[in-house]
Amino acid sequence: MTWLLFLEQCLNGLQFGLMLFLLAAGLTLVFGIMDLINLAHGSLYMVGAYLVATLTQATGSFFLAVPLGIVATALLGMVLEAMVLRGLYRRDHLSQVLATFALILIANETTRAIWGVQPLSLNVPDGLSGSVQLLPGLSYSAFRLAIIAVGLAVAALLYFVVTRTRIGMLVRAGASNRQMATAMGTNIKWLFTAVFGAGAALCALAGAMLGPLLAVQVGMGENILILAFVTVVIGGIGSIRGAFIGALLVGVVDTFGRAFIPTILRAVLSPAFADAAGPSLAAISIYLLMIGVLFWKPQGLFPAGS
Amino acid sequence: MKTKLLCLILAGALSGYVQAADKIKVGFISTLSGPGGVLGAAIRDGFNLALEHTGGKLGGLPAEVIIEDDQQKPDVAKQLADRLVKRDKVDIGTGIVFQNILQAAQASFLGADIFYISPNTGPSDLAGANCNPYFFAVSWVSDSYSEATGKNVNDKGYKNVFVIAPNYPGGKDVVNGFKRYYKGAYAGEVYTKLGQLDYAVEISQMRAAKPDAVFFFLPGGMGVNFLKQWQQAGMGKDFPLFGTGWSFDQDTLAAVGEPTLGALNAAHWNLDLDNAANKKFVADFEKKYGRLPNEYASQGYDAAMLIDAAVRDVKGKIEDKAALRKALEAATFKSVRGAFKFNKNHFPIQNYYLRQVVKDDKGRYVNKTVSTIFTDHPDAYVAACNM
Repeated sequence: MTWLLFLEQCLNGLQFGLMLFLLAAGLTLVFGIMDLINLAHGSLYMVGAYLVATLTQATGSFFLAVPLGIVATALLGMVLEAMVLRGLYRRDHLSQVLATFALILIANETTRAIWGVQPLSLNVPDGLSGSVQLLPGLSYSAFRLAIIAVGLAVAALLYFVVTRTRIGMLVRAGASNRQMATAMGTNIKWLFTAVFGAGAALCALAGAMLGPLLAVQVGMGENILILAFVTVVIGGIGSIRGAFIGALLVGVVDTFGRAFIPTILRAVLSPAFADAAGPSLAAISIYLLMIGVLFWKPQGLFPAGS
Repeated sequence: MKTKLLCLILAGALSGYVQAADKIKVGFISTLSGPGGVLGAAIRDGFNLALEHTGGKLGGLPAEVIIEDDQQKPDVAKQLADRLVKRDKVDIGTGIVFQNILQAAQASFLGADIFYISPNTGPSDLAGANCNPYFFAVSWVSDSYSEATGKNVNDKGYKNVFVIAPNYPGGKDVVNGFKRYYKGAYAGEVYTKLGQLDYAVEISQMRAAKPDAVFFFLPGGMGVNFLKQWQQAGMGKDFPLFGTGWSFDQDTLAAVGEPTLGALNAAHWNLDLDNAANKKFVADFEKKYGRLPNEYASQGYDAAMLIDAAVRDVKGKIEDKAALRKALEAATFKSVRGAFKFNKNHFPIQNYYLRQVVKDDKGRYVNKTVSTIFTDHPDAYVAACNM
């Protein structure tokens, strides 16, 4: 184990965490402000990735396709909010789970009907396909560095919007006490639609950035949705800061678990036992983290109301 | 009433000789929706193309094929199999893609003495101790592809290989097949969570471990993710990558494109195998469906052709199960893979080829056959089969 490898794994963890943040940020706002459990969040991520892949093929440019795909997904999200989800805010969580689960099925089947069952081709744009020499002996994929840059930029932007602008103030007010915010005259209807659209846009951005790394295929949203929920629960529902810290924690713990737990176990236990237990332990490391956080902080690390 | 019943029973008992049936019913259960749906669709398309070639008949009998979607759910497959056997009274079952699905549904067919022809999954227990007179596989045993890959890696003189596979019994089985023929050392052996998305961690480990070759088995979307990230990390320049044919089937190549270029893999069939049946199959498949066929489609085609030849050999008397079994065992059909014969466990003895992903003259990514790894290769489990 060299320091260079350790550093590279840190970058991997950071990059994975920042991608999770893009998904978790939208999810935590919707969850915290509208009190809506939106299982279909992953479907917006899938739709975003599909749109960007299709637009990349149509326009020939990844960099043109990304903003177009984000706008289209945000519009779709707002239409969805206005037509379907608005009626669910007053219902209990079970109805929300059922309805948004139905949305997952509808989204998957519609995607299959339009694009077919085969994964879509979306490769890294030419300008970012190489790797960058960071230190002597450590070169890192340019595209993954771009993901880190985009993730940090979005985090900074969100931080600014939420803490320094009027919209952000309304969002914070809605997250910590929804009824009071309504009573004070906030136009909740408009705010909810805007927040949902922003969440959908972040989903599409995550889909666009992960599309070149992962298979763009039907069902891709469900895999990552669980991780996004874990992040939201660890960070505290409704808190952007919590989503950011939670996402980085999940990214780093998952990466280090996979990278080092099997090696460490092999050093201290019998090889046969270590080989059997190592991968399983690495796979559940983030859930152990979640249990630990919930044990000491049942509301998550940074609950919105505090 | 009673006399009438008695007469019927008597008549039934007297007509003990076997008549040729007037049609043959095939129950085709496959995964046609969900992430695995693309595999089932390929098998179905291959099967249907064969039926078109035989004029909608199997062995001269008009064929009625009932196609059902198991949604990759074992419980659904079990219900469908029960219904096909009990209500629809099918004569033959086929179609299932995945091993866990087959395990749920196989008893419905085999327990009712209905022949099941597997067009894909080949569980090692059915090839060994649990071999069954009613079960045939036109495909392979689940570790055959990795046996061939292991042999190839070993023959090329690689001495320090890094292995990556998902952490579930199927993943370990495939790696065991590889280990059976690869005798060198291991630079690393990593088992990842089933359905893992990002392989950056493992790719970093591989680069640090400096293996002289990498063997990966990551089925479906996992493999697509891995290949994209592998290419992106620039690993292809430094480390030769070996895989099984499942990771490089034609549909995957068409979807993933460039990251697959140059990868070496082993399979029992390829587009370019030089025999008349295969040429006709490939040309007509492309004409009918507008895409090139893959292994799964070839297996679906062969399953239909196997049934066709066997039914013809018993002259349509499919009620005579012993005769039909003999005819299936003889396997007189012309397989698109070339020479074909069944071992005593009803699994094929066949060749396995080394293939490499190249760009053809139309700019498509296709597998090119490089060499023959195994000739007339039986599986490793046949000795345990008492049949």
